[in-house]
Amino acid sequence: MAYIEARGLRKRYGATVAVDGIDLHIDEGRIVGLIGPNGAGKTTALNAIVGLTPYEGHLRVLERDPWKERAELAREVCFLTDVAVLPRWLRVRQALDFVAGIHPRFERAKAEAFLGRTSIGRSKKVGELSKGMVTQLHLAIVMAIDARLMVFDEPTLGLDLLYRKQFYDALLSDYLERRRTVVVATHHVEEVQHILTDVLFIDRGRIVFSRSMEEVESRYQEVLVHPDKLAAARALNPVAERQGVGYSVLIFEGADRQRLAVLGETRTPSVADLFVAVMSGRAAHTEGAVP
Amino acid sequence: MSNTEVSLARRLSWSVRRELWENRSIYLAPVVVAALVLVGFGIALFTLPATVRAATALGPGEQHEVIQRPYLIAAIVLMAVDLLVAVFYCIDALYGERRDRAILFWKSMPVSDRLTVLAKASIPILVLPLVTVLATAVTQGIMLLASSAVLAANGMSTAALWGNVPFFDMVRINLEHMLLFHGIWYAPLYGWLLLASAWATRLPFLWAALPPLAIGIVERIAFNSTHFTTLVQSHLFGGPTPGPYGSPSPGPMTMDMLAPHSLAHFLAAPELWAGLVLTALFLAAASRLRHYGGAM
Repeated sequence: MAYIEARGLRKRYGATVAVDGIDLHIDEGRIVGLIGPNGAGKTTALNAIVGLTPYEGHLRVLERDPWKERAELAREVCFLTDVAVLPRWLRVRQALDFVAGIHPRFERAKAEAFLGRTSIGRSKKVGELSKGMVTQLHLAIVMAIDARLMVFDEPTLGLDLLYRKQFYDALLSDYLERRRTVVVATHHVEEVQHILTDVLFIDRGRIVFSRSMEEVESRYQEVLVHPDKLAAARALNPVAERQGVGYSVLIFEGADRQRLAVLGETRTPSVADLFVAVMSGRAAHTEGAVP
Repeated sequence: MSNTEVSLARRLSWSVRRELWENRSIYLAPVVVAALVLVGFGIALFTLPATVRAATALGPGEQHEVIQRPYLIAAIVLMAVDLLVAVFYCIDALYGERRDRAILFWKSMPVSDRLTVLAKASIPILVLPLVTVLATAVTQGIMLLASSAVLAANGMSTAALWGNVPFFDMVRINLEHMLLFHGIWYAPLYGWLLLASAWATRLPFLWAALPPLAIGIVERIAFNSTHFTTLVQSHLFGGPTPGPYGSPSPGPMTMDMLAPHSLAHFLAAPELWAGLVLTALFLAAASRLRHYGGAM
């Protein structure tokens, strides 16, 4: 069973097309990174998946229609799509009481354990917490929900490096403990790439790149090429090239590894470099297409 | 793995509790006003023996009215607070959560829009009337005990006081009045305000007030009639048509005047049922709007 199944998912705001025909198939047990530039449609797509926004096209989440069955889905899907949405008047204890009262899969002890690692007082109001603390509180609540699907949109916005690392470590260890699917959209690609099983690039409302990390590793090679071999390397049609100090870095797709090894040191490109490669390739393609 | 069901009653009760956390005026306003009433009454206690002495010289009807007057005033003041808090609560209930973006958090929880709107509607229709009845009963009880103490200290009989202030009858009448009139009879008003609150992206009060005014004005100009305005006024203020709470009954100004003429009469009023149907439509529309509503 697909956890998320989308065909021709579209969303328009007036004349603006935010999501322009997305096809998705995300199974159980995946950690999917959704990467895209600002305004690419990440948030809109995620909002459609969690039932916050109506859409056109076919979309099923855990075999339900998220727009019509948001409340039912919310029992099994937890999400954080905006970090500044806890109401200012709510006390930390009340937040925990409320979620414990209405959510069948909320483990309060787990939320308390998360909060235990912060300096957030239980009787404080959200309005009295710093921005980072509000995010920590929200994450503590969301992470304590034993959901089958977790959706995050820039979950670590405004958090310090240490806590960001803790969060992704916790996400990973939870994932290893229980089969679940996680979708996370973020600009901090380098922080998540080590836990991803799949990566999606989204640009101008379309999915422009969709690979599992195994595919990325087997199909893409990055080579550090010295100037004397650059001409030979370029002849192999790299998908991207950037300048290092004293060498060039070329990314190849589906090239013969042994031929690449001759050119210089090879390794798997980082998701961030791959993203830049794909995006600049698209930009060049679009520019070339304009008459 | 934890069980995957939370009963409807439990979700509703937590949703109502949530409203009380956010809107503490629901119980603080009656408490504060009750305290003010008691302060005023405490000052009046100095002249109580004289008042009671003077009242015993009057006929039974007038005596009843004079002795019961402070208790009636306390009840009416707390009713006004109920109405005021209810109106301000409703106008913000579905607007504020969009303005402060908290709706995105609430919508991440397994509570449907319908249940949320129902929980919010229950505040003016059920919770506030009950809070008001309780606050009024406590206030009147304290007034009665303090009065008895003052009279006893002055060596006077408390018989005239207790005879004219039937405490438990007053509480019962107030309970009926608050639940039937302030709760159920006024439900379409609350429903309408909640709808305006769910609809408006700015100035919800204006959105609540303008459409009825506009309908009244258009009707006046187009047909030179005032049926709509009269209808709204008569529903809100008892108005000229003798409905279940028609024109104030002639007679002494006492708690009795707050009692419905008869429950059967009240339940038989077509206006009541039309109002309830309207309330249901308003709430359904508000729930639909909340479904589409996001942060502003």
